[in-house]
Amino acid sequence: MDMILIPAVNIMPILPEIALSVLAMALLLINVFSPGGQKSYLAYISFIGIVATAVLVASGWGTHVESFGGSVVLDNFATFFKITFLIAAGMSVLISDSYMEREGCNHGELYPLILFTVVGMMLMASGTDLMTIFLGLEVMSVSLYILAGFNRASKKSNEAGLKYFLLGAFSTGFLLYGMALIYGATGTTRLYKIAAIVGQMTLPSANIMLVAGMLLMMTGFCFKIAAAPFHMWTPDVYEGAPTPMTAFMSTGAKAAGFAALLRIFLLALPTLQVEWSQVLWVLAVLTMTIGNITALRQDNIKRILAYSSIAHAGYALVGFAAGNGTGTAGILFYMFSYTFMNIGAFAIIILVSKKGETNGNVSDFAGLGFKRPLLAIAMTLFLFSLAGVPPAAGFIGKFYLFSGAIQKGYIWLAIIGVLNSAASAYYYLRIMVYMYFKESTEEFEWISISAPVALALIIAVAGTLIPGIVPSFFLQFAQMAVKLI
Amino acid sequence: MENLNSYLIVSAILFTIGTIGVLTRKNVIVIFMCIELMLNAVNLTFVAFSRYLGNLDGQVFVFFIMTVAAAEAAVGLALIIAFFNNKESIDVEDINIMKW
Repeated sequence: MDMILIPAVNIMPILPEIALSVLAMALLLINVFSPGGQKSYLAYISFIGIVATAVLVASGWGTHVESFGGSVVLDNFATFFKITFLIAAGMSVLISDSYMEREGCNHGELYPLILFTVVGMMLMASGTDLMTIFLGLEVMSVSLYILAGFNRASKKSNEAGLKYFLLGAFSTGFLLYGMALIYGATGTTRLYKIAAIVGQMTLPSANIMLVAGMLLMMTGFCFKIAAAPFHMWTPDVYEGAPTPMTAFMSTGAKAAGFAALLRIFLLALPTLQVEWSQVLWVLAVLTMTIGNITALRQDNIKRILAYSSIAHAGYALVGFAAGNGTGTAGILFYMFSYTFMNIGAFAIIILVSKKGETNGNVSDFAGLGFKRPLLAIAMTLFLFSLAGVPPAAGFIGKFYLFSGAIQKGYIWLAIIGVLNSAASAYYYLRIMVYMYFKESTEEFEWISISAPVALALIIAVAGTLIPGIVPSFFLQFAQMAVKLI
Repeated sequence: MENLNSYLIVSAILFTIGTIGVLTRKNVIVIFMCIELMLNAVNLTFVAFSRYLGNLDGQVFVFFIMTVAAAEAAVGLALIIAFFNNKESIDVEDINIMKW
């Protein structure tokens, strides 16, 4: 057996992760040693930390640095996704404070946990070794299990945390077994080396161990991105978890899952693309259809958005099944804009709902258009974007995903996608009908908006509108990001 | 090491037992043990491959899996306790407030 070589270490690529981890640990200490009660300042500190990290990450655009023996890389792909995660985390922090205050669970641990989750996501996006990707995934998941069950006094939140934990750990087993089989088939865990070895095989698709490993890994990741038929946990966890955490999970964690999926399948297994894109074709159709059809029958608005988030994973899988430049750039752009529109929609749900997460049904939105016209307009914008109506960003994203599929010759996949998109308009429009055409049954109650939530809403509106109006500016970054894979 | 296959078969059997356990058992703690069994089946696979291929990557991976499993156990048991405090039960049939 050979000696373990100590690789050359350049900490530059993981500097943002280190900075955020240090900040998170410092916040944990500050939280312990500061008197109880008001915890808002922790939110402000973490928001500033997230913004500073985002600046640090953005300054690395255009560089390509490998480190830790090629197990971590800093490239445009990682940078684009890291920015997406940081936006998701920043907005979630902004909407968390007043919500946690209202629900009476403003424990200071929330913010360090969000920061640790982001560290995990960022490792997933920049990992180029099965080991680093696994570690990133687990850092993210373990923190998210706690965040889902964060409201300890609420039975729903308990259930959400427990369910997410059981199914998440279960899926990790599949993921790891897949990684083990791929390691066995190729003798390495570095993605570049796997690609080289698989490329030399005479008939890689006949290597049972390799194909089984690939499918098991896909299963594991499909759990994380909530793709059918592994989506069963999604509506329950999203409904039960504290709403800001649902917003965070449905955007950040999904984007992180796609980052790791894209990295592994496009970097390590491009020789098997014919095989995996067929599987993804089926998964995309199933995910879109199940998500949209089940959403039609829901009344709880968090559940509607949970099923809609399943459907959106399906749209992104369309671009992934295509696997070409247009489709993958579409995924990056879609995940970026989805972050804004979805967190925006959840922010408004938080404002409309009341203590104990009551008032969470579609009918509770009745008359919002007259009570708070600005809020209703913002919600309309987010819903239009989710449904894919121009000029919102969601339209451009879907346009790119579906045109990627058409370029690849998957005409039917694109058609099914468009039909699904049309069907989804029903449940988004239903919310709008309630907002504008139904009278409120209850007495008028003023919804007060705190400054951080207002800031989050402004960011969300800007992030939904601007990429929709000037898409080329953002798409050019997404295209540069996928070039390096 | 000619008998790589026997190690792989044992680990595949362990993994299957774990999976079936997760799907059929009702007690959350037992389900959690079954998940641990799955992870250890994976560890066995990694170690067997590592010995067979003569490189240490697989064994390093096992260390990471064990560490992560320990962290997961801490969080998982905490969640189970929080659930038990509210419901006085650790039966999966009682995880039933939210249904479609």
